Amino acid sequence: MKKNTERTKQMVLKIAHFGSLAAFALFASLPFLWMLITTFKQDADLYNRANNPFFFNMAPTLAHLKELFHGTLFLNWLLNTAWVGVLVVLITLFLAIPAAYSLVRLAGRWGERLGIGIFLTYLVAPTILFIPMSRVVANLGLQDSLWSLVLVFPTFTVPFAIWLLMGFFKTIPQDLEEAAMIDGYSRFGAFIRMVIPISTSGILTVVIFSFTLVVQEYIYTLTFVTTASRYTVSVGVPTFLVHGDVYNWGALMAGCLIASLPVVIVYNFFVERFISGLTLGAVKG
Amino acid sequence: MGPAVKTTESILHNRNKQLGFIFDNKNVLGFLMIAPAVIYILALVGYPLVLAFIYSVSNITIGSSDFSFVGLKNIQGLIGDFDFKTALYNTIYFTAVSMIIVLVLAKILALILLKDFKGKFVIRTLVLMPYVAPISLGVIGWLWMLDSIYSPINWLLQHSGLFGPDFWPMWLGKPNLAMSAIIAVHVWRMLPLATVIMLAGLTSIPQDIQDAALVDGAGYFRQLFQITIPMMLPIMLVAVLFGIVFTATDIIIILVLTRGGPYGSTQVLVSKAFFTGIDAGDLATGAATALFLFPLLAAVAIFMLRIARRAEVA
Repeated sequence: MKKNTERTKQMVLKIAHFGSLAAFALFASLPFLWMLITTFKQDADLYNRANNPFFFNMAPTLAHLKELFHGTLFLNWLLNTAWVGVLVVLITLFLAIPAAYSLVRLAGRWGERLGIGIFLTYLVAPTILFIPMSRVVANLGLQDSLWSLVLVFPTFTVPFAIWLLMGFFKTIPQDLEEAAMIDGYSRFGAFIRMVIPISTSGILTVVIFSFTLVVQEYIYTLTFVTTASRYTVSVGVPTFLVHGDVYNWGALMAGCLIASLPVVIVYNFFVERFISGLTLGAVKG
Repeated sequence: MGPAVKTTESILHNRNKQLGFIFDNKNVLGFLMIAPAVIYILALVGYPLVLAFIYSVSNITIGSSDFSFVGLKNIQGLIGDFDFKTALYNTIYFTAVSMIIVLVLAKILALILLKDFKGKFVIRTLVLMPYVAPISLGVIGWLWMLDSIYSPINWLLQHSGLFGPDFWPMWLGKPNLAMSAIIAVHVWRMLPLATVIMLAGLTSIPQDIQDAALVDGAGYFRQLFQITIPMMLPIMLVAVLFGIVFTATDIIIILVLTRGGPYGSTQVLVSKAFFTGIDAGDLATGAATALFLFPLLAAVAIFMLRIARRAEVA
């Protein structure tokens, strides 16, 4: 008898566990599920309140995808995002790798302080900066140009990248560099030939996160850019597919889904590193 | 120590004399390697930040070269402005309510995810999606789900009998509902990040401490309040601080879902700053509006410094 109630209790716990997992997963993924359904639904099916919105009451269609790629600037926005992303990643690496190494290895006590100071700039949100920045960009003659984004986006990727890389460089044993230096490399040579090659995975993490941050960015792009063909995907889709004359939900949802999925998949493999960077190393992720 | 033994230091010392010491001297190289990043940050974060303060006490507008000092006129104007007060109140309300909900849900979700089970990777991917996907695009998904005519949420609630046949709420069209919708979407967006941080905190508690407590006869709540929560405090603090910054400075959800409407009921400081400063071209008032967030950010920064210092000592 007692064994039985124990077993029932286990069952109930298991069901509760599974049920709450399912509820959270559904809450998180519902909008994406809804995007997926909308993307392949015919308009006549979509805009009929009598139909069950979660089923395909008519045959699925590729019309929205065709419309998205041929009738809108979507492909243009994707290319803009990729182009800006690649340049911003390169600038970020160029600025952040030497800076992080310098803070960890070459600077002493003040290195730690300066590192925290740089991390805090991450808190000076674009929210406070976007208004004066619009003037700075205009004065440089970069308004309504993708170059304005290339110039400004590293303001949020560099501090984060420096912080992530500092954590990474700290884990490299100092003996390795000393050995390289005894072998005849200069200190800088040891950094180039020794430290950078063994930091590949840390650098890759920075590449992924910087790129993701670029894809996510919204307010600077909205502020600096005005010509439709020069938007990035995060701003182009909501601005020109929502606030246009017609709400074309099918193409809109297709665009959201296509631009989201690759980021989701890649990011998923790097999330733990991201967290340990974000928590200031208060916890070893 | 015989003269034949060459230490690393002595080798380096000798080379410093031979080669251009730029590539070897710790101080010179250290300075050269950090200089580009520091110069960049000073020029594109420091300088605009100073400009933000200068603009807020000036009369600057878009497309005009007129620039003069007006003192605290902008800020006084804002304090007397009803719309501004609403936006300030909305910001505080929105931040506080969403943070509380996020924390409670994240704690629950973290505990659920802590257990090992089949398909954890899939569930984790699904749960993380809202944070990882470009925010503005995920929010458009919500815009369509909360559509005034074709909302699948309403359809579901109506067909499951929870709503009467004539009840079809316009989520984004009524002030109270719109604010609730904004909060719900924000919770949706922040929950993954908060959960992952909590999970990192939970897994960092050494198992032997928990075992020891169990052996000593500590019950669930005793463990929760005397072990789990105190040990997770620093990391939870970090999560809360980040959460506050991300929530109070967020503009995307509001711009995509309501643009501050209906009747300014979802207008927050940031969206107001955007509409005044960029859309209406009044850079000075816009900058002043956004600067009201500065004390908050400064307070968070000071807290962060303290935590970092404590982590350094430990």
